[in-house]
Amino acid sequence: MTKMIFGRFLPGDSFVHKMDPRAKLLFVFIFIIAVFIANSTWSYAALLVITLLIMLMSKIKLRYLINGLKPVLILMVFTLLLHVFFTKGGALVVDFGWVNIYEEGIRQGIFISVRFLVLVFITSILTLTTSPIAITDGLEILLSPFKKVKLPVHELALMMSIALRFIPTLMDETDKIMKAQMARGSDLTTGPVKDRVKAVVPLLIPLFVSAFKRAEDLATAMEVRGYRGGEGRTRYRLLKWTMRDTLALLALLVMIAILVLLRN
Amino acid sequence: MMNEILKLNNITFTYAPEQEEVKNAVEDVSFTVNEGEWIAIVGHNGSGKSTLAKIINGLLFTEQGTVEVMQKLMNEENLWDIRSQMGMVFQNPDNQFVGATVQDDVAFALENNGVPHEEMVARVHEALAQVKMEQFLDHEPQHLSGGQKQRVAIAGALALKPRLLILDEATSMLDPQGRKEVLATVRKLREDTGLTVLSITHDLEEAILADRLLFMNGGQKFAEGTPKEIFDLGDQLIELGLDLPFPIKMSKLLMAQGVSLQGNAMSEEELVNDIWISNFKK
Amino acid sequence: MDIKLQKVSYRYGMGTPFEKRALYDVDLHIRSGSYQAIIGHTGSGKSTILQHLNALLKPTEGQVQIGDAIIERKKKPKDLRPVRQKVGIVFQFPEHQLFEETVLKDVMFGPMNFGVEEAEAEQRARNMLTLVGLPETVLEKSPFDLSGGQMRRVAIAGVLAMQPEVIVLDEPTAGLDPRGRQEIMELFYRLHKEQNLTMILVTHSMEDAARYADQIAIMHEGRCVLNGTPRDIFSDSEQLAAYRLEVPRIIQFQKQLEARIGLSLGELCLTEEQLVRVLSRVVKEREAQ
Repeated sequence: MTKMIFGRFLPGDSFVHKMDPRAKLLFVFIFIIAVFIANSTWSYAALLVITLLIMLMSKIKLRYLINGLKPVLILMVFTLLLHVFFTKGGALVVDFGWVNIYEEGIRQGIFISVRFLVLVFITSILTLTTSPIAITDGLEILLSPFKKVKLPVHELALMMSIALRFIPTLMDETDKIMKAQMARGSDLTTGPVKDRVKAVVPLLIPLFVSAFKRAEDLATAMEVRGYRGGEGRTRYRLLKWTMRDTLALLALLVMIAILVLLRN
Repeated sequence: MMNEILKLNNITFTYAPEQEEVKNAVEDVSFTVNEGEWIAIVGHNGSGKSTLAKIINGLLFTEQGTVEVMQKLMNEENLWDIRSQMGMVFQNPDNQFVGATVQDDVAFALENNGVPHEEMVARVHEALAQVKMEQFLDHEPQHLSGGQKQRVAIAGALALKPRLLILDEATSMLDPQGRKEVLATVRKLREDTGLTVLSITHDLEEAILADRLLFMNGGQKFAEGTPKEIFDLGDQLIELGLDLPFPIKMSKLLMAQGVSLQGNAMSEEELVNDIWISNFKK
Repeated sequence: MDIKLQKVSYRYGMGTPFEKRALYDVDLHIRSGSYQAIIGHTGSGKSTILQHLNALLKPTEGQVQIGDAIIERKKKPKDLRPVRQKVGIVFQFPEHQLFEETVLKDVMFGPMNFGVEEAEAEQRARNMLTLVGLPETVLEKSPFDLSGGQMRRVAIAGVLAMQPEVIVLDEPTAGLDPRGRQEIMELFYRLHKEQNLTMILVTHSMEDAARYADQIAIMHEGRCVLNGTPRDIFSDSEQLAAYRLEVPRIIQFQKQLEARIGLSLGELCLTEEQLVRVLSRVVKEREAQ
């Protein structure tokens, strides 16, 4: 579990780290759409190159990404194999008894895998280079036009940041309660499935009780500190849009143009 | 005339107004906090002292009695205004940490009160310097000790430049080191700024630092006075579930064993002197 | 039942980039029937040690011997249950582990997990609830309707009902008011004396360690740096200061007093009562002269 990097933040000072979270979110959003423009060998190759370039600019090591995303990559290889073995079309490449591999199968398999890989890499680079709080801030501002249609943007952002803030606390708590119940002879890790399911109750109830208590305390603390919704609030964290961000988005437009040109 | 920061007039409160048989959590309590004072409300768990804290901060509204803050009667209209002048630190260090990092947390109340950004930055740094946590700007709560989290909570209250700081059992979940840190911080604040402090506690070592004590029992004000006056109650305090501070307890034990003492010592040093003067200085 | 830690080391998150070493070569022998205190700062490794005492954690190196059972890294989890029954742990804020509908059922949870018959478990639960000082009337109540102090007692009864031979206490009085604190500490001390239970107290409180323990181990940065009787440990305040610990208040006071009156009281007093006794004797002897 601890090796997984999905959703983890790796502080640094690269070009990508320094970008405004709004720019990064926009970039990733547009990029995801752009991925689906690609349909030829060359356009897929271009996607791959762009992704690797971004990775280099973020100073995140390829090995780190691959190690951290292993489970996802295994899924990707599995998809690749499915296509290779079961998609028919084009010339027959391998004909070995019941195993028939077609050219189209290989092509499709590779395309889908590249698409998958690129998406996972780009989103991972986003979360690895942007602190959760910055992502929340960015989202809040980007989504603020939706306030007009009564979307509680500020509340959602606050909820997200509080949830992020309390994840480690609740993880600790889970560990403590689990240990306490284990010391009382309850066992979550051995025995038949039925017993293990039953052993979850003594864990979940205290966890809920404590989470509610925390929520209540937190609400009180927030009220006492003058929290009464998003209206009239100022922001401590200011996001700074710089030349860097404009450049990045312009570069993205150029990339999309190239992708369009490379389409069949 | 002294400036009244806070005044409670005949407060009575019950959590279950329909049920006659349920005892009032607070019954007919009145007291005043003057500017610059350090007041401690003491009592064992369940004596009604935390309910008082909630009433003072407008988290609970009473049927009977009134709360005056800065000579203004507290009501629903001026509640938010009043809250911005009272900082409050609670018992559980984890459950009052709202921000993702130390500086975000200190800024939270400022954001809520619409303080402009530049002033906010200045105030956050200033408040953190006051509690000596300026080195920890970007630390996340899970990497701080309990004492550090409470100091951040104090900074969060100070950032609003309150007239009154309320500590509601703020040290009771801390280890001895954390407790020391927090109390040292409060003492320093009082020396530097003369901030008015109201601390609610069952720790008499903390209460002895105060100028005046309010001793709660069963929802009622049992006694009020200087630490000396309160601790002179002696055994009565012990019967009501509190312990005496070390020097006072030792004086009583010694005198009970026939060691002659003046018995006025409020600190270890004074007690050492008392023992020396009364028995060894010849 | 003896508990022996031999060259115990522990690393959290072994084999990951976040690996963190929490214990280094800890040797500790806790004798049957003794009252052992383990003292140290937050982060000194004392809570990691605690979890080794009933195999909630297995040492990454070295071994823990609990009675006849030997706990090592490769030991299968199946063999651990009997150990857990013999060593009960009262965790910090144990009231957080309550979950049953009634107080009685919650106390029965432990014994029934270890295969005790329902009737027997109920009997034990009733006895233990009386022992910790709770009235009959709470038995059928929901534990969540009780006061904090009462909940703590229910949780303690839940551990006692397993009839462990060793009881490990992790800051058992944290957050209680002075009376509650004293009652709980006296309860465990009585159990220790009357039923000869081995007590292991993990604490920050020098005062409690001085008053109750007959053996004190000091943890510092993952190592067990001192282990001895309270008198041994507290006679050298400079050594303790090196581990950022202080001698109990009563001993500090005695030192202050001796310096002022220019006279040694002859023995190191570990509790207030002891100091009062010694001091009044010294005073009376002086008067008699």
